[in-house]
Amino acid sequence: MDDFIIAGKRYASRLLVGTGKYKDFNETRTAIEASGARIITIAIRRTNIGQNPNEPNLLDVLPPSQYTLLPNTAGCYSADEAIRTLRLARELLDGHSLVKLEVLGDPRTLFPNVVETIKAAEILIRENFQVMVYTSDDPIIAKQLEEIGCVAIMPLASLIGSGMGILNPWNLQIIIDNARIPVLVDAGVGTASDATIAMELGCDGVLMNTAIANAQNPILMASAMRKAVEAGREAYLAGRMAKKPYSASPSSPTEGILPAMIK
Amino acid sequence: MLQLTINGQPQHFDKPLNVQQLLECMSLQNKRIAVERNGEIVPRSQFAVQALSDGDRLEIVVAVGGG
Repeated sequence: MDDFIIAGKRYASRLLVGTGKYKDFNETRTAIEASGARIITIAIRRTNIGQNPNEPNLLDVLPPSQYTLLPNTAGCYSADEAIRTLRLARELLDGHSLVKLEVLGDPRTLFPNVVETIKAAEILIRENFQVMVYTSDDPIIAKQLEEIGCVAIMPLASLIGSGMGILNPWNLQIIIDNARIPVLVDAGVGTASDATIAMELGCDGVLMNTAIANAQNPILMASAMRKAVEAGREAYLAGRMAKKPYSASPSSPTEGILPAMIK
Repeated sequence: MLQLTINGQPQHFDKPLNVQQLLECMSLQNKRIAVERNGEIVPRSQFAVQALSDGDRLEIVVAVGGG
């Protein structure tokens, strides 16, 4: 496949996956292997105090030596919380600076708060973080996030965890056409065809979690998503035929067709 | 007597501690964690150097599964 580059680094897969909502760490690891993803998101949370000290750790299952871990700020509702979370993440991951910024505005819809997102992005970029930013599908906000120095723009296709698919391909198209940095659909993908549609629109990648983790068979869905993203990318690069409404065109020669039998 | 707030919970210790000693008390030494003290990151290299003060607020975090 053609190069997929984020912040100057090349990655072998355009599918990015989350690590939440799996039954156990074994399912997490197997699904991620099946997805072929090289960049995987993680969350940062308070550790349990005084409870099971031998509890397995996500970083032992998915070691930073094998994957690019993308700490995210899911669950943060203000720039301050998001910045604090990512400073801790950088310390936890030994100075790793590629992060996913997500500042939410509403617990029911998990819609992003773009004002707080921009505020957080400005500060994080000043602190030398490389910010992949979750945002709404507003093309003006997307452009602003690019201009302040984010390394990738990640608009929603529909609400986080909703699986409703690509609801506004037109807005995504405007964002893609305007952007000079990678655009990834983040949130809303429900099944393989959604991922393909996003890639056919010209997205550089797709980030998903629930579509795989909540499938009846997460491992098989992870494999389907890998193919869907590759298929969509290849179709985009190949360039689809023009749509010709109301003008059918036969695929077989029109010469040499047997005449009707004369009775 | 040392009173700390760790991950939002009040905790009492009856001897002075630095960050490293606190983590040992909590069986968190050598775990993949990060520590914030009164809103500032404590780099791992500082664990054995930074003495804790009465009233300190600490956050100790780990990586967990998430989107």
